[in-house]
Amino acid sequence: MKIHEYQGKDILRRFGVPVPRGVACFSVAEAVDAARSLGGSVWVVKAQIHAGGRGKGGGVKVSHSLEEVRANASAILGMQLVTHQTGPGGQTVRRLLVEEGADIRKELYLGLVVDRVTQRVCLMASSEGGMDIEEVAQRMPEKIHKVTVDPGSGLTGAEADDVALKIGIPQAALVQARAALQGLYRAFWESDASLAEINPLVLTGDGRVIALDAKINFDSNALYRHPDLAALRDLDEEDPAEIEASKFDLSYIQLDGNIGCLVNGAGLAMATMDTIKLYGGSPANFLDVGGGATAEKVTEAFKLMLRNAQLKAILVNIFGGIMKCDTIAEGVIAASRAVKLGVPLVVRMKGTNETLGKQLLADSGLPIIAADTMAEAAQKVVAAAGAKPGVSR
Amino acid sequence: MSILVDRTTRVITQGITGKTGQFHTRACRDYANGRECFVAGVNPKRSGESFEGTPIFATVREAKQRTGANTSVIYVPPAGAADAIWEAVQADLDLVICITEGIPVRDMIVVRDKMRKEKRRTLLLGPNCPGVITPEEIKIGIMPGHIHRKGRIGVVSRSGTLTYEAVAQLTELGLGQSTAVGIGGDPVNGLKHVDVLRLFNDDPDTDAVVMIGEIGGTDEETAARWAHDHMDKPVVGFIAGLTAPTAAEYLAIDAFIAAASAIFCFMPREKLSM
Repeated sequence: MKIHEYQGKDILRRFGVPVPRGVACFSVAEAVDAARSLGGSVWVVKAQIHAGGRGKGGGVKVSHSLEEVRANASAILGMQLVTHQTGPGGQTVRRLLVEEGADIRKELYLGLVVDRVTQRVCLMASSEGGMDIEEVAQRMPEKIHKVTVDPGSGLTGAEADDVALKIGIPQAALVQARAALQGLYRAFWESDASLAEINPLVLTGDGRVIALDAKINFDSNALYRHPDLAALRDLDEEDPAEIEASKFDLSYIQLDGNIGCLVNGAGLAMATMDTIKLYGGSPANFLDVGGGATAEKVTEAFKLMLRNAQLKAILVNIFGGIMKCDTIAEGVIAASRAVKLGVPLVVRMKGTNETLGKQLLADSGLPIIAADTMAEAAQKVVAAAGAKPGVSR
Repeated sequence: MSILVDRTTRVITQGITGKTGQFHTRACRDYANGRECFVAGVNPKRSGESFEGTPIFATVREAKQRTGANTSVIYVPPAGAADAIWEAVQADLDLVICITEGIPVRDMIVVRDKMRKEKRRTLLLGPNCPGVITPEEIKIGIMPGHIHRKGRIGVVSRSGTLTYEAVAQLTELGLGQSTAVGIGGDPVNGLKHVDVLRLFNDDPDTDAVVMIGEIGGTDEETAARWAHDHMDKPVVGFIAGLTAPTAAEYLAIDAFIAAASAIFCFMPREKLSM
């Protein structure tokens, strides 16, 4: 689960990481009031969306007067902010963060992730802040310093000091840097984060260390023990189709293509999408119905796929293991009737009660195209999608 | 022969009283030598009772002492699953197979760390895996038994239904399996591809291996390099995810963790023939 920058900074503050004073705002008037109450002469108005790259997209503006705060807040609030992470449509800005300005002398990078190889939390730190860490990793890998943290001891003072010095923190700011590093680690560990990034962590003209940005993602499997964090979820930032899917325990992600895929199991779903691509088609979605697909779940899955205006054909690929093929066939038939399916449907079923399932589909009177292998199914659905452009629904 | 499990394996089911545990315990007992192999269940509150003839004990240690079991399978819900793994490790079993999906990553980091620090010999399979099967001898987990045939191909996979697909295709081609192992897709887990390849390499009854990977992480690359240098048998690899929607973010992160020089190479549908 993702949260906004201002929420991430609230968490960091609780763990002793220095962050700028700031106020989350939902209107232009609130933004101006916030700037006034913060005082000072420089403010930063920052769009709050879950995607990164906000600055480049015009979502972060430095303001030198209250009038400028008003103008920038008006421009940003409600805009469709397009960044490299939002997709071409962009994301509507509904929240702002108004912060005191900082006198930046140097921009650094801190990040924490779980490393699959060492099976521990890995701290990455770099003197090259303010740009994508992927870019640093490619261009100057020697500038990324890593510490694999022992979960028993946490990030020690000595480890924090060592890495701080490596990324160019001066001796005088070492105590502050240690607080930032250890605070970030504790925030990550204690809140069951899956990613925590401060980019940039800045060194100010007067020698202070401050987290100017905060990105924290959480392990959704652990949210049950953090109701306070779960409450930070912002549904406006999520795809409505994906929210709908999660209600029915379906895993759905919309893509750019025109062939809907309904599969059981994530690995088989990806392999199915790959096979469609291999035969020249393009998947409209990833959809994993999971282990216990009922007729109701299949119907909801069909409805989800049909919301997509690009959809030209559907491929159902089910491996009936514990789940029986005849049960799936009944689900597919019921769903096709319930949604008055208007696009070609290719069904490929394998496994338990396969013959019975195929017979049910054949006897249903529905125009279902049957296939035996994944390759045959993919070829048939690609042909069907190409042959019937602009099918009415 | 086979790897990890065979007809002599004796299994404790942790979480035998839950709906999932009961359903799959029945299916496992009905498969091949299951009735002899599945010897005990564990539930501290139901000690002394039985599940359809299988005795239930209060702890894994007691179940091991009373039945001579050497392996456990876990269906305990996510919040208690890591503790269940640790209990089985402390009882010094040979192998623990955790089927449970959705365990918080932090819990797994803690358990794996304790296993390493205490130099525990117990092998862990999973979590979030379908289990392991040696066809016509023993099935431990949630895979459909009937698609498997006894034979000489080893299968190792991070995926669930995609493994069944691969196994069914092998069986249709007349190629039986020595053992099929699901290592699970979670970021912090027990046995990895490379560990299972080693076991297959040493197994005189395995002639070749099918390895099925997923995107995210570098386990497949590690396994491929190891196979290239050490494996005496052919390995065919498959990684789904050419069109994967959510790959970009984690690929980048994992890539520079593995090596800042970014040697991560993403190998969709690439054959790693050795």
